[in-house]
Order: sequence, then C-alpha cells, then structure tokens
Amino acid sequence: MAFADQFWQLTVTGLVIGSVYAVIALGYTLVYGVLQLINFAHSEVFMFGAFGGVFATRALLPSGNISATESIGLVLLGLGIGALCGGLAAFALERTAYRPLRRRGAPRLAYLISAIGASLFASNLAGKEFGRDSVNIPKDLFDYNTQVFSVFGARVSKQDLVVFVVALALLLLLDRLVSGTRLGQGIRSVAQDSDTASLMGVNVERIIVMTFVLGGLLAGAGGFLYAMKFNASFTMGFIPGVKAFTAAVLGGIGNVRGAVLGGIVLGLVENYGQFFLGAQNLDVVAFLVLVLILLVRPSGLLGERLGRAA
Amino acid sequence: MRLSVLETKRLAACLGLGLLLAVITGPSGSQDHPSSGIRGSLLDVRVVDFLLFGLVVWALAFGLRRARQTEAVSGPTAQLRQTVRTALDRRGARPTSYLAMLLVAILVPLALAPAAQLSLFLDIGIYALLALGLNVVVGYAGLLDLGYIAFYAIGAYVTAYFTSASALPIHAPFLLNPFFVFPVAVAVAALAGIILGGPTLRLRGDYLAIVTLGFGEIVQILARNSDGVTNGSRGAFGVPGLSMHLGPLEYVFPRTKALPYYYLLLTILVLVMIAFSQLERSRVGRALAAIREDEVAAEASGVPTLRYKLVAFAIGASTSGFAGVLFATKQFFNPETFSLQASILVLTIVIFGGMGSLFGVVLGAVVLQGLAYVLRDPIPFIGFQVADADRFIYFGAVIIIMMVFRPQGLVPSRRRSREIKLSEQGLGHADAITGASEVKP
Repeated sequence: MAFADQFWQLTVTGLVIGSVYAVIALGYTLVYGVLQLINFAHSEVFMFGAFGGVFATRALLPSGNISATESIGLVLLGLGIGALCGGLAAFALERTAYRPLRRRGAPRLAYLISAIGASLFASNLAGKEFGRDSVNIPKDLFDYNTQVFSVFGARVSKQDLVVFVVALALLLLLDRLVSGTRLGQGIRSVAQDSDTASLMGVNVERIIVMTFVLGGLLAGAGGFLYAMKFNASFTMGFIPGVKAFTAAVLGGIGNVRGAVLGGIVLGLVENYGQFFLGAQNLDVVAFLVLVLILLVRPSGLLGERLGRAA
Repeated sequence: MRLSVLETKRLAACLGLGLLLAVITGPSGSQDHPSSGIRGSLLDVRVVDFLLFGLVVWALAFGLRRARQTEAVSGPTAQLRQTVRTALDRRGARPTSYLAMLLVAILVPLALAPAAQLSLFLDIGIYALLALGLNVVVGYAGLLDLGYIAFYAIGAYVTAYFTSASALPIHAPFLLNPFFVFPVAVAVAALAGIILGGPTLRLRGDYLAIVTLGFGEIVQILARNSDGVTNGSRGAFGVPGLSMHLGPLEYVFPRTKALPYYYLLLTILVLVMIAFSQLERSRVGRALAAIREDEVAAEASGVPTLRYKLVAFAIGASTSGFAGVLFATKQFFNPETFSLQASILVLTIVIFGGMGSLFGVVLGAVVLQGLAYVLRDPIPFIGFQVADADRFIYFGAVIIIMMVFRPQGLVPSRRRSREIKLSEQGLGHADAITGASEVKP
C-alpha cells in the first residue's frame, strides 16, 4: 500500500495519540520548569490515573443497556477519578521522594535516583494489588468503534473523537490556568527565579506541591484516555512516559505550549515513521526522534522558556 | 506529655509507614477485585502488628532525638564505628581483613547446595561485576545510566554471534573460543557507549539518564523483533561454555556446574576491583572527582570534561559488555533477560552499597541479592517470604530509603560522602548533572 493511501489514516491516529502525549508531557514540563528536574516517576502517576478511571467505570457500570447520558456521565466520572488518583499519586510522590531531599538540599543526582526508586516501587505495588494482566474499560461503556465521520477517507471512530476532544479541552484549560490565574502566575515566577519569587512573598514550597498535583491531575486524566484507547496495566506508564518526555524536549522543555506542539508532532512523526519501519518498531521511532532532537536542536522547536509559559 | 505539631506529624507518618508496610507484605489483589489485596491487608488483625511497629519506630526516633538534644550523641553506632575504624587503621589490618573476606568467598561456596552456587554466580557475582561497572558511571562520574543492561545484552549477543554456529540465525565467518570474545565484546560495548554518550553528554547530565533509559528499551525491542538476527523472543540457545587450550593446560568449563564459573568470576572481580581502585587514583579518576565537585572550575582549570565523562561512560559500558560474555557462556538468554528492571536492580545495588565505594558495591550485591535468594522461601517461625514478582517493590523502597536517609550508602566512600555533605551545605555539586554550559546566571 502506498504511503499516500494511508496518509490521512495515519494522521488521524497520530493526532489522537499525540494529544494524549501532550497531556502527559505537560506534567514533565511543569515540574521541570519549577525544579529543573526530570520527574522519572511521572509515568507511574499516569498509570495510577489509568487504573483509577478504569476500575471506577468497571465498578459503576450498570448492568444491561445504558443510555447515552449514562455513558457520557461514566466517561466523565472515569476522567475525574483518574485525574484525582493521578493528583493523589503525584502528591504522595512529592512528599516521599522529593521533599525530604529538597529539605536537605541534596545533589540533583539524588533526586533522579530517588524518583527512579519511586517509579519501580509504585509500578510493582500496582502489579501486586491490581493483578499483572492488562485491564480494559468495560465493553458496554459506549460503542467505541462506530465511525463518526471520515476525513479524506480516513475513519474517525467515536473513541478517537472522545480522546482527542477531551485532551484538547484539558490542554486549553491548562493553558488558561498557567497564563491567567494566580496559581499560574506563582508557577511562572518560581520557574523564572525561585529565590526572587520567595522574596516577593510567593510560597515556593506550596507552588512546588501544586505544580506536582497539577501535573498529576493531567497525567491521571491522560491515563484514562490512554486506557480508553488501549488498556491499563502496571507496566503501561513506561513507554508513554518516555514518549511524553520526548515530546516535552521536542517542544522545548519548560515551555507549556511547546509541550503541546511536541506531543502532537511526535504522535504524527511516529505514526508516519511506523509506516516505513513496521508497526513493531513504533516505539523505536520516538527514541530516534529524541536522539535526533538532542543532536540537532536540544532547546526544542519553540525553545526552552522556563517561566515564560504564555 | 503533650506532643508538638511536628511530633504529631512524625507519629502520623510512622503509623502511615506501618500501614504501607502492611499492604506491601499483605495478600495480592487481582484485576477483578482490585481492592481485595488492600482490604485483606488492612482489615485484618495483622494490621495491629504493623501499627505497633510504626509506633516503635517513632518512639525510637523520638528518644534518639531527645538524647541528641541533651547529651549530643552523634549517633547510636558512633562508638562501634569508632572501634572499627581504629581497628582498621592499625598497620596491616586492612590487607588482613581483605584476605579473610577473600578466603570466605573462596571457601563458603563449597558448602552450599548447587542451586545456591548457581545463584552465587548468576545473581550475586555477575551483578557485583555489573555494579562495579555502573559505579564508574554513577559513583565516579556522577552521571546516571538507566539503560546499563543494554550493554550487557550487547556482550551476550556478540558472544553468541562469534562462538556458535547455531545459537543465532547468523554467525561470524570464523568461530572463536569464548575467551577471545571478551576483547571483541568489550570493544563493541564501549563503542556503543561512545556513540550513545557522545551527543548526549554535551547536554545536561539528566538528558543522559532518559536517553539511556530509551536506549535500553530499544535494544530489548530490537532483540525481540529481529527474528532473522537475534532469534527473536526464542533467544540464543547453545552458546558453548568456556574452554582453555593453552598447551598442556586444557580445561573445559562444564555448563551444568556453577562453581568453576564462580571461581573464574571471583578472580575477575578481584582484578576489576584492583583496576578500578587504581583508576580512581589515576589522572582520569582525579579529573572525574574535579568534575563532580565543580564542573565549571574543572573546565576552567583545563580539564576536558566531556572527554572524561565519555571515558567513564565507556568504561562502564565495556564492563557491562564483559559481564555479558561471561553470562552468555553459562546461561541461556532471550530479550526478556535484559529488562529495564535489571538495569535498575544494578543501580539499586550501587546505591545501597555506596556510590563510589568498590567494597560497598560488592557488599551491596551480596546483601541485596543474597536476601532476595533467602526470602524466596518462607523464613522459619515468621513465615515471611517475598514472591519473585514482588521483589522489585522492595528494591524500589530500598532506593528511596537510601536516598532519603543515607545517600552515601552502606559502606560509604569517604570522598563521596564528604562531597554529598558539602553539596548539601551549598558547596559544589557532588554529581555531573549540572553541566558547565548551563550554570544559573
């Protein structure tokens, strides 16, 4: 099959998955902004969100046929609970693996190592508690695969549409939050210069916690979206985690809009790339993108803009 | 007695810790009953034990803090440590203790069961060698390599390619004795390290961590998907064991017995430890220490920082490749052998033992892997055991606990622990994560 025939279908898939990467990438970029650290355990926050959302919809699904309203309500509830689980996980993570080190002023290597430990701990604990097989959202939640419309012959399923629209809404919401609210102002000021921000009366500790929680809420909701398209499992966080980080670097780490652009571009590139390299090498494409971007333009497409998010 | 707010918080944290411990050690859940594991752990009499444990931990810590405030005790083990230190500083005490430990390492395995001997080679010995290599990267250079096991995989696959006509779908035009593969694998692994580190080490140190993380995964994916080269997930079967043909000296290492491999590995470990302790004192080692402590000052004093970081990274990679050869000649392997968790396990050993401390790192492998081996079966009387799949929960916890309470590790390297202390007071970095190129204005 020629590339031209597949182009639009690959574009649709790329946009959908790319929007999820963008949602997760925001968590990396926000935390990088305030702490200048890669939060290696962000992928596990995402995983907890996915599990929370999936188990909530499974537990609350009424038996028999469900109406459209119920279906929409359940998806929204799954998103909410997923986000809540993600936020809680991020809060716990910050408390246990980051704050004690920050109190002591530990070297940066220590943070990276402690986050890796937290990631290993969290994913295996989830494996123990939730079983080690993958879990899907209930089949009867809504008819995912029904085609809603087509673009240039490419199928857009109901599932694709839901994931893309929700992700887009989250991205817009966060953009407004960072550029328009007091909290956003606080985050930006800490990212620019935490010492000065502290002198100006910003509660830096509180902003750091809020940044983690904000990233966690997004990752949790993103986790549910991802689980809706694929499934949830205790090892699910790793690959999307590395990819979302790639997206954050691609857009310019610390740059909120960059992370969104990076996510979408990465989703598209990896889908076009897999056409040439084979579907089993999908994950290799993202890695090649990461190495290439670090070689050619390490500051990313839009440039690193710590604290100047908008 | 009234508790202050801070003490109340500490008490709550300790009780929470007890509950977490109850969940970790309690029954497992499943996807259809996701809360059954947690409920079974917390709504059971056993939770009382764990709460009591939390209370005891808090009381001990509280008492210790009190004692410190009143009579300035420097730590519960200060006396003991002082005694050990004076004993070790006596002339000839160190070499004697090293010899004694070596003697233990030689004699004890003879008394063990075959399964334990195999674990001694595979789980402790090989991982001690891997940890020694990673120690050069994490301990000496202050960098983080999360795809370390990929170089091990490269070593193992190179061995299969060069020594056997049937282990992989492809093989070298000439077959080599496994002993001759060591230099080849070391060179290939070092080359892979340089190719990977070259572009990344120019940037911040934390980018190296994520690039190596991705690299480790890619090597595994490629090994799994390239049926025509690596035999895919079936793995490499039939790599010949080690054999020596040096004139009159003729010896074939039987693949079914672990002890000959263990003794060879022990020799290698001793040699590597001697080599790395020389490395630490060499020009390279001193340059790496300078980079860790203050990269800007090092660069300004004419230390080619990028080159030395690359050297350290390549030394780590080649040690990993070397271990891969040794492993491949003894054991069957497939892509699943080289998982991310294996990389992090090596890191756990380095952190637990003590970054930058050769003896500590080896001890870390013995203690952690030894515990994992012992806990496979329930302990008499307590009945506590750790399922293989749950091991990594504990390893993850070990990493966090060490980083929070004892970042210098079990047997700290003197220089490294001093650096960490100074860095916490705001002097120097104690790592090479913040590059010279991006110091905050």
